[in-house]
Amino acid sequence: MLYSEKVLDHFSNPRNVGEIEDADGIGEIGNAKCGDIMKMYLKIDDNTITDVKFKTFGCGAAVATSSMATELIKGKSINDALKLTNEAVVEALDGLPAVKIHCSVLAEQAVRAALSDYYTRQGIDPVPIVGEIKEPEEE
Amino acid sequence: MEKRFIYADNAATTAVSEEVLEAMLPYFREGYGNASSIYKLGRDAQKAVENAREKVAKAIGAEPREIFFTSCGSEADNWAIKGTAELLAKKGKKHIITSVFEHHAVLHTTEYLEKHGFEITYIPVSDKGLINPDDIRKAIREDTALVTIMYANNEIGTIQPINEIAAICNEKGVLFHTDAVQAVGHVDIDVHKQGIDMLSLSGHKIHAQKGIGALYIRKGLILPNLIHGGGQERGKRAGTENVPAIVGLGVAIEAATRNIIEKNAVIVPRRNKLIDNILKLPYTRLNGDKDKRLPGNVNISFEGIEGESLLLMLDMNGICASSGSACTSGSLDPSHVLLSIGLKHEVAHGSLRLSIEDDTTDEDVDYILEVIPKVVKHLRDMSPVWEKMMKGEKYE
Repeated sequence: MLYSEKVLDHFSNPRNVGEIEDADGIGEIGNAKCGDIMKMYLKIDDNTITDVKFKTFGCGAAVATSSMATELIKGKSINDALKLTNEAVVEALDGLPAVKIHCSVLAEQAVRAALSDYYTRQGIDPVPIVGEIKEPEEE
Repeated sequence: MEKRFIYADNAATTAVSEEVLEAMLPYFREGYGNASSIYKLGRDAQKAVENAREKVAKAIGAEPREIFFTSCGSEADNWAIKGTAELLAKKGKKHIITSVFEHHAVLHTTEYLEKHGFEITYIPVSDKGLINPDDIRKAIREDTALVTIMYANNEIGTIQPINEIAAICNEKGVLFHTDAVQAVGHVDIDVHKQGIDMLSLSGHKIHAQKGIGALYIRKGLILPNLIHGGGQERGKRAGTENVPAIVGLGVAIEAATRNIIEKNAVIVPRRNKLIDNILKLPYTRLNGDKDKRLPGNVNISFEGIEGESLLLMLDMNGICASSGSACTSGSLDPSHVLLSIGLKHEVAHGSLRLSIEDDTTDEDVDYILEVIPKVVKHLRDMSPVWEKMMKGEKYE
């Protein structure tokens, strides 16, 4: 498995690991059976993601993509966070092995799941804004 | 703690030993003759090949003419199984018995045969990773062509009751093949005494190079030719002999089987120290029977973490190991071996295999035991699965 230096860096020194006690939105995606679970915590103030933390059970790529995704949305507006794509995560990590691309999709979906939870807590239907959250498919 | 480099993946492959390399070197630049040539250079190459054949035969209690060199263990498995299938299908025997946790070299071969009209019985294994010989006895039918059961499992290291299984096969008149790739050099093997009809072995697991193996075929059993061509390997497996590799295998197997008892007296206490201390960590389990297992094999599951992450963390600390997680198996499913002994997917994902040898020192063991708790804690601290486990919630 050939990982880029960036992936290994984010795996060995993951950014923003942990939990936010009073999070405004929490999203969890994946299942342990398939070997990947990502949990994303958001603190949102005035439409800005002021803090983000994650916990991940999974392979090196799962940890690295979660870490990178948190970096890419921290301090950004919700609108910017909603534009985060798995491709952007992959690019920021200088690429991923083909069999690990699904990890970047999980990272993107974890962010969306957390935003979806945020809207739900606000009493707003998240689907028109965030869209449906895609659980990973069993191949 | 000073970082060390520890190779603890000897079940994956081993380094070519000094002794083996020295024996091989003359056959690249000086003794390069074709073993089929008539002149001295060729005759010397042939002598070297036959000398190696004697060594391999002696190491497993066979006769030299029962040893056929192959390119690897997988080739030997393929030949034994497909060869027997072809041979006995003519007599109407189209049933093969194997186990659910064989190496893929066996399982993918039997799956191939299933597509070609053979019926395969896959014997289950116990939660300790052991086959019950009675299950084999019950599965044998009039049309059973072959029983193929691994000598020792490559992942969890469990040593199977080969003598009992062979005795049943002999009694019932069914051919018995064993994939002994993981066992050779670690347990005493005597194919004649044990009643084994065919046995596969591989060089690179015992300090020979990659790309050389052998199949033992009991005399009197005439398998169809594997490669058609010249008269090499008594016409059964054509192709110019890989003389240096064959010479290396001869030296390697002689060395590996020279002092098994003394070697194991060193390895087993170190392995047990690893197992006993790692199991002190909460939510861990040993996979495979503790006693009936290869001397250097440690296979432990850590709940709440995933195997590939564990391997990467260990690698960063200079420790080479392997895992049965999906990410390391190249699919979404974890190892079929771990599932076969009843592990849940999520537990199988967090498995670690260490395979040590007699050159793994006490200091190495201590170092591994210092590193593992740290990396397991690091990964559990960032794991949402572990978090849920600690809160007593379900996570499936």
